[in-house]
Amino acid sequence: MQRSDFSAIVPVLIVTLSACAVMLAEAFRRKHEEMPLGWLGVIGLVGATASSILLWNSHLVGFGVVAADNFALFFNVMICAIGLLTIFLSMGTAERDQLPVGEYYTIMLFAIVGMMLMGSSKDLLVIFLALEIMSLGVYVLTGIKRTSEAGAEAAFKYFVLGAFSSAFFLYGIAFTYATTGTTKLDELGLKIASTSAEPNLLVILAMVFLLVGFAFKVAAVPFHMWTPDAYQGAPTLVTGFMSTGVKAAAFAAFVRVFLAAFEPLRMDWVPVLSAIAGLTMILGTVVGVAQTSVKRMLAYSSIAHAGYLLVGLVASNAAGKAAILFYLVSYAITNLGAFGILAALSSPDRPHDDIRDFAGLGQDRPWLAGLLTIFLLSLGGFPPTVGFVAKWYIFNAAVQEHMVALAVLGVLTSVVSVFFYLRIVVMMYMVDETAPGHRPVVPVMVFVGLLLAVAGVFYLGVLPGRLLSIAASSVASIF
Amino acid sequence: MDGLYFWIFAVIAVLASLGVVGQRNPMYSVLLLIVSFGALSGLYVLLNAPFVAAIQIIIYAGAIMVLFLFVVMLLNVPTEDPVKGYHVKLLGGAGPRHFGAVLAVALVAELVWAMSHLRLTAMPESAGTTSSVYQIGLKLFRDYAFAFEATSVLILLAMVGAVILARKEN
Repeated sequence: MQRSDFSAIVPVLIVTLSACAVMLAEAFRRKHEEMPLGWLGVIGLVGATASSILLWNSHLVGFGVVAADNFALFFNVMICAIGLLTIFLSMGTAERDQLPVGEYYTIMLFAIVGMMLMGSSKDLLVIFLALEIMSLGVYVLTGIKRTSEAGAEAAFKYFVLGAFSSAFFLYGIAFTYATTGTTKLDELGLKIASTSAEPNLLVILAMVFLLVGFAFKVAAVPFHMWTPDAYQGAPTLVTGFMSTGVKAAAFAAFVRVFLAAFEPLRMDWVPVLSAIAGLTMILGTVVGVAQTSVKRMLAYSSIAHAGYLLVGLVASNAAGKAAILFYLVSYAITNLGAFGILAALSSPDRPHDDIRDFAGLGQDRPWLAGLLTIFLLSLGGFPPTVGFVAKWYIFNAAVQEHMVALAVLGVLTSVVSVFFYLRIVVMMYMVDETAPGHRPVVPVMVFVGLLLAVAGVFYLGVLPGRLLSIAASSVASIF
Repeated sequence: MDGLYFWIFAVIAVLASLGVVGQRNPMYSVLLLIVSFGALSGLYVLLNAPFVAAIQIIIYAGAIMVLFLFVVMLLNVPTEDPVKGYHVKLLGGAGPRHFGAVLAVALVAELVWAMSHLRLTAMPESAGTTSSVYQIGLKLFRDYAFAFEATSVLILLAMVGAVILARKEN
C-alpha cells in the first residue's frame, strides 16, 4: 500500500468520517441538548469538495479500484454540492417536520459516501457495494418519518423493488465475471473489445442485466414503477436529495460502465437504450400532466428528465458525454431548489402537496413564488435559465449523431411538460387564496440555500461555457 | 486414522439429520441441525478445506441458526400440532404422499447414477492450498482490501438504519 492509494480516497474518507462524527455526536447527545449536527456534515462536505479540487488532474488510483480521475472528481464535487444544498435547505425545516435530525444527517452523509464511490469505482464489485450503500441510505431516509404511513409504505415499496433490481445488477456482474474472468472495468473493456465481432451470448445477457439495474436506479421506463410512490411518500427534502443525488451517481456509473467498458458492444445496446429513452420521455410527460399532487408531478418530471439524460447517453459523441454531466448539474440545482421551496412551505395543516395549496402564493409570499417560478421555468427549459442550455446541449448532440427522431421527441415532450410546470405558476399568481391553513416562516439557512440555487440557475444559464469545458475535460479522462 | 474420523463425523451427521426431521419439537430440530452442521464441518476439515469448515461453523451453525431460533421463538410453537381438517387433505392426503414418494425415488435414482459414474481417486495434495485461510486472507486484504472496507461501511449503515426504522416512536 502506498501513499497514493490513500490520497485517491481522501474525499470519500472525509465524508465517511464526518458521517461517523455526526452519528457519535447524536449518540452522546443528552436529551434536549442542542447540537449543530448539520454543520458537522457541512464541514465534511466542504472538506471533500476541497480535496477533490486539489486532486484535479492527478490521475491517481487508490487500491486499484477507486479512481481519482477528473470524471470521478467532477461527480465528487457535484454530489458534495447536492449534499451541501440539501443540508442548508434542511436546517430548520427538518426540525419543523419532526424528523430525527441526527439520524437524518448521518444516513444522508453515508448515502453521499455511496454516491461518491459510484462515480469513482473502476471495479464492478465496488460499484455494487457503492450502489448498496447509497440505496440502503436512501431507503432509510424515505421512511425516516416514523409517524407517516405514506413514508413507511414508500420505504417498503422502494426497498423491495430496489432489492429486486440489485439482484439483477449482481447477476449482471456474475455473468460478466463468468465470461471474462474479471470485474475490473479496464480489463473488461479490453476483453470485450477483443471478442466484439462474435460476442458471447452470456456477455450480452450480463449487459442486459446491468442495464436493468441502472435503469431502475435512474427511474427509466419500464423500471420506473417505484418512483411516484417513493417520491411522494418520502419527506420532501429527501425526495429532492434522492431525485438529484441518486440520479447523478447512477448516471456516473452508467456512463463509466457502458461508455467505457461496454463501448465495443455499442451496436447492441444503442437500439435498446434509444427505445427506453423515448418511452421514458413520453411516459414521464404524459402521465405528469394528469397529476394534482405537486410531489408526484415532480416525480414524473424526474422520470422525463431521466429520458433526456438517456438521449445524451445514446448520442455519446464528445458533445453528448459532456452534455450529460452538464445536464445532471443543471437538474440537481434546479430540482433541489424546487423541492426546497416545497419543504419550506409545508406545515402540518397545509402540506403544500396538492396544487390548490399554492393558490395566492404570489401575493402572500412574493419572494418564494418568484423563486419557485424560476425553478419551474428552468425545469421546463426556458431561456435564460440553465434548464434551457442543458436541454439544448443534449438535443444538439443527438442531432449531430443523426438521431433526429429522439431530438424531436425530446423537444415535443419538453413543450408538453411546460404545461404542468406553468399550471403551478398560474395557480400562484392568478388564483385567489381559498385554502385554509397558514404558511410557516422560512428559516434563514433555507433562504441562503435557495439563493445559492437560483444564483447557479442564472449563472450557468447565461455563462455555461466554463462548466461545459470542465465537464468535457473530465469526461475525456475515462476514455 | 482419517477413516475412523470420517465414520464418526458421517454417522453423527446422518443421525442428527434424521433427528431434525423426526423431532416434534421444533426447538430440538434446530439444535440437532447445529449438531449436523458441526459434523459436516468436521468432514470439510478432513477434505483439506479448513476455510469452508470455519465458514460452515460461523455462518451456518452460528448466524443462520440464531435466526432460525429467533423465528421459532417468535412463532412460539412448542410442539407441532397434529394436522387436522383441511390440512390433512393438503399435507397428509394420498396425493402429496405419492408425489413425495416419486420425488424420493427420483433422488435415489440420481444418487445411484452419480455414484456409479464417480471415479474415486486420491485427493490431490494441492487441493488444500486454493481454499486455505492463508490464500483467501491474502486475496481479501490485498486485492479486495477496498471492497472489504466498503462492506464494513455498508454493514454499519444497515445496522444504524435498522435501528432507526425499528425503534419505538419517542
